[in-house]
Amino acid sequence: MFQNLTDRLQSVFSRLTGRGKLSEADVDAAMREVRMALLEADVNFKVVKEFIAKVRERAVGADVMASLTPGQMVVKIVLEELTALMGGNEARLALSGRVPNVIMLVGLQGAGKTTAVAKLANLLRKQGKRPLMVACDVYRPAAIDQLEALGRELDIPVYRGEGTDAVAIARAGVRDAIDRLRDLVIVDTAGRLHVDEEMMAEAAAIKAAIKPEQVLMVVDAMTGQDAVNAAAAFAERVDFDGVIISKLDGDARGGAALSIRAVTGKPVFFASVGEKTDNLEVFRPDGMARRILGMGDVVSLIEKAQEAFDEDTAVEAEQRLRAGSFTLDDFLGQLRQIKKMGSLKDIMAMIPGANKLPKDAEVDESALTRTEAIIQSMTARERAKPSVINGSRRERIAAGAGVTVYDVNQMLKQFAQAQKMVKQMGAQQGKRRRRGMGMPGMPF
Amino acid sequence: MSAWLDRLTQGLSRTREQLGGQLNVLLGRGPDVDEAFWSDLEDALIGADMGVTAVTEMVERLRDAAKRQALPDARAVLRHLAAEIAGELRLPDAADFIEASPSTVLVVGINGTGKTTTVGKLAKAAADAGRSVLIGSADTFRAAAVEQLHIWADRAGVPIVESERGTDPASVAFDAVRQAKANGTDLLLVDTAGRLHTSKDLMAELSKVKRIVERESDAPVRTLLVMDATTGQNGLTQAREFDSAVGIDAIALTKLDGTAKGGIAVAVVRDLGVPILRIGVGEGADDLKPFDPEEFAAALVGLE
Repeated sequence: MFQNLTDRLQSVFSRLTGRGKLSEADVDAAMREVRMALLEADVNFKVVKEFIAKVRERAVGADVMASLTPGQMVVKIVLEELTALMGGNEARLALSGRVPNVIMLVGLQGAGKTTAVAKLANLLRKQGKRPLMVACDVYRPAAIDQLEALGRELDIPVYRGEGTDAVAIARAGVRDAIDRLRDLVIVDTAGRLHVDEEMMAEAAAIKAAIKPEQVLMVVDAMTGQDAVNAAAAFAERVDFDGVIISKLDGDARGGAALSIRAVTGKPVFFASVGEKTDNLEVFRPDGMARRILGMGDVVSLIEKAQEAFDEDTAVEAEQRLRAGSFTLDDFLGQLRQIKKMGSLKDIMAMIPGANKLPKDAEVDESALTRTEAIIQSMTARERAKPSVINGSRRERIAAGAGVTVYDVNQMLKQFAQAQKMVKQMGAQQGKRRRRGMGMPGMPF
Repeated sequence: MSAWLDRLTQGLSRTREQLGGQLNVLLGRGPDVDEAFWSDLEDALIGADMGVTAVTEMVERLRDAAKRQALPDARAVLRHLAAEIAGELRLPDAADFIEASPSTVLVVGINGTGKTTTVGKLAKAAADAGRSVLIGSADTFRAAAVEQLHIWADRAGVPIVESERGTDPASVAFDAVRQAKANGTDLLLVDTAGRLHTSKDLMAELSKVKRIVERESDAPVRTLLVMDATTGQNGLTQAREFDSAVGIDAIALTKLDGTAKGGIAVAVVRDLGVPILRIGVGEGADDLKPFDPEEFAAALVGLE
């Protein structure tokens, strides 16, 4: 996520910081490079122009030049302006007391609306809502089947109407939610081009018919300069309330995320960061700006951890650990919880300072999966008591997991070390039980 | 002027006015080639997703050319630029393997670019031309992808090899190739699941599909990368990653009927040396067109 941009900006700033004095020419040279970096990250060119002008104006101001650490001041200004560009504060869905609340999703074809509907329903269900998903995409072949399949997977009901009148289906869907005692309706609509008059009129008609509390536009993070054109047209015709950025995993440059707020004034609510149905996270401008500048994002990290870690399991694991009975099964459970947090790379990006690790320290995403496979290839007895694992068992486990005996040995060694380390930690902490994080006794 | 450009222009006129369509501004502002022109041209080309580094070089060269050849006005400069871009996009030995018989075409790309729709439209066009076509549905990941393709196959009246969601895509591809061989099929189109190029596992899965298809197929196997015209600078990385995983032979550029110009495709053609074979300009079954470098370049720089 944002990796290219982060790398570029850091190399620019590393030349600024650590210097006792900055001239206007230094600032200008840095701003030229920041401009290139932002443009290469698909930030809209008009937005870039304004952004650079603002940062430059502040950076050549008297207080920066007089500062003992002018470079750091410039970085701080960039952080503040980036945060402001993305909307400043975290935006929250404005839901009402009406039952059911209605959220409608719109966007271009292929932006990821149907998937976003399912992810959003899943996220809001975790917050105590009882969602119903309504399939109004009557154009794309099998779009309704897709939403139904996702609904089955998540065990969230889907309303599929009859016929090809999207407005009627949307209206019937909301009525269906009342009948089924659901308190939230999320409406999936067909992908449409912002220049398609007829389709834009249909979106406006659906909105007028069901009066949603919130209309969200789904925007593909890979979109280039055209993102703002599409967003501006949707803002005019459908007047959406905010944005879900999709496909912000991988190496998407995220320029759309940086531009849309500036051009339409609409905030980004959520970002989709993976293929799984729970890979939707709240978009925090400050955290995003920090991640872009390689400063980490602790708030999101903690939230992810809280979401992925089940407090009861963690407490139980901690107790077993203290009793010295932390088994490979517990270890496996914790591994799976880590995996639930998302890709290791993305987690690393949230840890302040982690970007200073050497570049060739590639994160091996498959290591977790390999470890999982090794533990799964063990018998219950082996997991409970690793000391019984002799040479022939090792060979069997390696064959079962599709790894070498060396890998099995490494894994067992790491487990033993982790066990020892955590035991020490437990001893040091004594009765000082931590609260809140719900992830005590992590085996690393 | 061709029909799709007409449609495009019609659809765009309103949005363009609203958004101050940057490229038309270049012509609307008069014939003078002054500093403001060059600066606006740079913005416009960046706005068309041509990429800031490429644009900086391009404008530099164009300034030179304008001086040396004494190009009289803005229109002449844009024409010169369009010709230059069209020249880059016209690859002399680019055969249209989709039209060859027999031919096996593997269709790949990231999520949401329009792979399944492209397969559907290609199948329809080939079937309408009287060729025997078979579709292999190796997108066993996305919910209802198989159903979506099935509807396209029905529309085109061509058979389809499919299987349950979650099965190994390579095995579906295997079955499809076998069946194509047995039936003497002219064109086998293999649809694959959209995947982000950064996902190592999924890219490895795709390599496996390609290996199986190549091993089993008697017909030449070619890979078509479907790219969304709205894609930004990330498109080049996408194309490179897919190329290193499966080898890309050509590009289909979809969704050109919006306001996106698809400038990133120029960078991809330049980088990989593969042609654009089709462009998608609408939702209808006939809206997948052969690629015309001159038309595309003219639209890209705003000459219509």
